[in-house]
Amino acid sequence: MIRVENVYKSFAGRPVLQDVSLTIHESSTQAIIGRSGSGKSVLMKHIIGLLQPDQGRVLVNHTDIGKISYGELRKIRRQFGVLFQGGALFDSMDSFENVAFPLRTFTTKTDQEIRQEVQTCLDLVQLSNVGSKSTSALSGGMRKRVALARAIALRPRYIIYDEPTSGLDPETSNTINELIKNLAHHLEITSIVVTHDMHSVLQIADHVAFIHNTRMHWTGTTEELHQSTDTVLRSFVKANEYVIGAQH
Amino acid sequence: MPQVVLRVAKPFMNIGRFTILMSSAFMSLRELKTYRQNTQIQMVRIGIESIPIVALAAAFSGAVTTVQTAYQLVSPLIPPKIIGAVVVPSLTMELGAVVTGFILSGRVGARIAAELGTMRVTEQIDALEAMGLNSIGYLIVPRVLAGILMVPVLYVAACVIGVLGGVAAAELTGAVSSPEFILGAREHFDIFGPYFGLIKSFVFGFLITAVSCHIGYFTEGGADGVGRSTTRAAVMSCVLILIADLVLAILLL
Repeated sequence: MIRVENVYKSFAGRPVLQDVSLTIHESSTQAIIGRSGSGKSVLMKHIIGLLQPDQGRVLVNHTDIGKISYGELRKIRRQFGVLFQGGALFDSMDSFENVAFPLRTFTTKTDQEIRQEVQTCLDLVQLSNVGSKSTSALSGGMRKRVALARAIALRPRYIIYDEPTSGLDPETSNTINELIKNLAHHLEITSIVVTHDMHSVLQIADHVAFIHNTRMHWTGTTEELHQSTDTVLRSFVKANEYVIGAQH
Repeated sequence: MPQVVLRVAKPFMNIGRFTILMSSAFMSLRELKTYRQNTQIQMVRIGIESIPIVALAAAFSGAVTTVQTAYQLVSPLIPPKIIGAVVVPSLTMELGAVVTGFILSGRVGARIAAELGTMRVTEQIDALEAMGLNSIGYLIVPRVLAGILMVPVLYVAACVIGVLGGVAAAELTGAVSSPEFILGAREHFDIFGPYFGLIKSFVFGFLITAVSCHIGYFTEGGADGVGRSTTRAAVMSCVLILIADLVLAILLL
């Protein structure tokens, strides 16, 4: 379980997160939604300890990650897979090597075992034949899927998706959403999806947290989201529906 | 904090951040085994791949120094073999290390800053950290180690090729024959010269790679930020080489 407790963070005196609290339950899919610049990605970086809160704390499996050594933090991070917004694939390596990288670095598997494992991961993201392709030769959707294959290579307990569908066409977005759903189901992973794409949220999330003006404005289940009468939340959802409608 | 205070404090903040980064890199040396392969790759990129351009610069430096020395020492009272005695120490004590340093500031410093800067703005460094990898150990330690180990090697190559360039220029211009050039160089040879040059190249190797890593690692912004980091790394490396050259000369001579 991941708990974010009363987190406050500011950059150059400007607050980006204020008194934010959130509990993420095991084996569930938690969506964190909000406008661009509302602090979603900053919250995501706090959860894996890439940023430290000015106040408050983040607990991963009851461990306060702000109070442990860098070595211990790195061990905790190995329980996470992260899909960054742009994929963050290593451009000095081809697609295969990107997926193989965590396996080579953190396991003692043989080359043959690594090859099999990479192929399994690429199969899971429906990209069986891109192994030798340079990352620059991949489309946006393919890059995200290779990055997803890399994120699941070590079979993480938690996986964080930062804007998994941004910049993708609706069809590719659907493919990514399906993948997120399938991975959560097959690998029993706890998923955290940072997004402003409501279509994606409604398709994959069990729980939703809405950040507005740097504060946690609303939390609840996807069903509760449908019934919510909160005007700010309704306005955000409606604006999204309009955009989605326009896209289709 | 007022803008003026920030501007005044920025260089000190940078020095502090550089010190912390290098301390972290030093602490990561314990995990060197994990980054061994990356260190070997960087040794090839920084050292082996720089040989052609360093050789070219060294050969021309040796040749030009010979021609200019010959021009300045035209006198029936000065034996021509003195040209060798002037050119070789110039190369071993100054030109070999400084020319190599300047070439590497542009070639290696800019490359390191561009690589790390791009990795920073495309979240590749965050991805390494998120995987549980020590990004400083993985990215910075191999580059700085490769710089410290390979720049002295390039310095030796530059000196040898520089002397050969000098001999060739001496022969081609007829200023002095190669046996006389070598005789002059051997008669006035002082082993301190190459030692001094090696110490300088070791320091330059550290400065170029460490400063460029620091600038690249903390790049902010997009393509513009990477561009600024690349230029800054090359310029800062050159400036620090000049300062270190003077400091070492004062301290060791």
